[in-house]
Amino acid sequence: MKTKRKSNKIVRCLPFYVMALPGIAYLICNNFMPLYGMLLAFKKLDVRKGIFGSEWVGLKNFEFLFSSNTAFKIIRNTIGYNLVFLIVGTAIAVALAILLNEVRLKGFKKFYQSMLLIPYLISWVLASYLAYAFLAQDVGLINSILNFFGLPDVAWYTSKQYWPVILFIVYIWKNVGYMLIIYYSSIVSISADYFEAATIDGATKWQQIRFITLPLIKSTVVTMTILMLGRIANSDFGLFYQIPRNSGALYDTTQTIDVYVYNALMNNNDFGMSAAAAVFQSVVGFIFIMAANGVVRKISKRDALF
Amino acid sequence: MKTRDAFKWQVISHVVLMFFALCALIPFILLVAASFSDEVAVMTQGYSIIPKEFSLDAYTYIATRWADIGRSYLMTILVTLIGTGVSMIITSMFAYTLSMDFVPGVKILNFLCIFTMLFSGGVVGSYYIWSNVFHIRDTIWGLILPNLMMNAFNVILVKNYYVNSIPASLREAARIDGCSEIGIFWKIAMPLSIPINATIGLMTGLAYWNDWTNGLYYLTERNGSQYYTIQLLLNRISENIQWLSTAAQGAGVTTANIPTTTSRMAIGVIGLIPVLIVYPFLQKYFVKGITVGAVKE
Repeated sequence: MKTKRKSNKIVRCLPFYVMALPGIAYLICNNFMPLYGMLLAFKKLDVRKGIFGSEWVGLKNFEFLFSSNTAFKIIRNTIGYNLVFLIVGTAIAVALAILLNEVRLKGFKKFYQSMLLIPYLISWVLASYLAYAFLAQDVGLINSILNFFGLPDVAWYTSKQYWPVILFIVYIWKNVGYMLIIYYSSIVSISADYFEAATIDGATKWQQIRFITLPLIKSTVVTMTILMLGRIANSDFGLFYQIPRNSGALYDTTQTIDVYVYNALMNNNDFGMSAAAAVFQSVVGFIFIMAANGVVRKISKRDALF
Repeated sequence: MKTRDAFKWQVISHVVLMFFALCALIPFILLVAASFSDEVAVMTQGYSIIPKEFSLDAYTYIATRWADIGRSYLMTILVTLIGTGVSMIITSMFAYTLSMDFVPGVKILNFLCIFTMLFSGGVVGSYYIWSNVFHIRDTIWGLILPNLMMNAFNVILVKNYYVNSIPASLREAARIDGCSEIGIFWKIAMPLSIPINATIGLMTGLAYWNDWTNGLYYLTERNGSQYYTIQLLLNRISENIQWLSTAAQGAGVTTANIPTTTSRMAIGVIGLIPVLIVYPFLQKYFVKGITVGAVKE
């Protein structure tokens, strides 16, 4: 009797399973089978035998990776850039969002928002064309300006010392519009009553920003920060691959884990090393997102993601 | 005092935002100006914001490769349409089931969905599976299937929309009228969720349009270049500007007068045009697409 009712329920729910099927199938192919592919990090791949038949090598791939100088550099670059992007990027975006909210003329408000968002919508390949127009050694705009002031040319695509600044500028240029919109929409949702009351009490603009706006957008900032911390071991492949044009001379300051994995996998066909780096990336990312979320949960539960 | 404070903030806001807006814009102006410049003038004086000695040489030159450019645009459109269409259908169907918490097993599916956001197998595992198990290398599926088709984040957004905006009583009424579950989904849930689906579809479409990494991994230059999208063509030209001249030499143009420096910019402009055309119409929706996931209510 009971089993009959249960099977009835299954039959009644069958259409839902059917609807979920393509999505489940996609998750299995795209997200869960690659987890099995992570075994490659502990194996020496023999393509004819597949992952399962290949020989176990234990942690040898990791030993190779971490005994090389590269491991330290790619990890330092990935995490270092991400921290700077997170802290300075958020500060700039919040500041711009606050200023945008101050603008009284509707037309200008829209204009600024539209202009700042355009770079976010183009591909990294196209962005690299734009960067090239500035940085090309013989015809780039920056060298023309340097020459105008009597300074010599700089070979941008082979001088690694400038790249932390270049990559930061490009990152801000491309992403600030996106972050601005997120923080701006968070500011707009603050009730106007607060500001009116504060103005009547004689609060200056700065005091209003300090004591009303910033505290009330805190939870958006926290959410965004957790999301970015969770991706601290991931870098934007487009930024670090396309903008420096994968120039080997720049690797010291531009190569991140993602670029290393791409080069090791596609140019050297080194499944072991690239898989080891990718596994490291996944594990660190997982630890960071759990830790960040855990800390936020402790401090203020409602800001946590899960 | 109060008005002076307000005035001061107006000035600061406009100055700072105008500065950033110009910085956002100048690279595009530089690209367009350089593409309309004369090759010799650029060679001697470099790229500049104002075209030097207006010339269409770069465009007449890349016109020799128009067939390739046109085909890669068609490929981009095809990939974007198929990818976005399938993505919207499977995402909303999956999300619909996830919103039915009485269905046995839905909790597990929800967990699996969230798990994919927290932990991923990484590029190498994904590359191995797609190329060695599903053999999508050098096929159009290499551009469509990996990574872009469905992500857990969008699934959860759509699911929340179903939970919050489609009352259970509506479904119950349709069920009593003899509508099947799939019928309810198509005739009631789907039409009611157009706003969220359109928003997510737009962002997915943008991701497909701008994607070049799938092609980088799954299309080889030798066997897969017939599937190159415009982004991949741009990437190839960026790696090797000589590609532009291979056909021109056949057409009788000598290597000496090939305007490589300006045609590099012209091809960039060609890649930019569609974005600039649709942007004014879709801007509002892009803004919505960005905020829909980020702001907690």
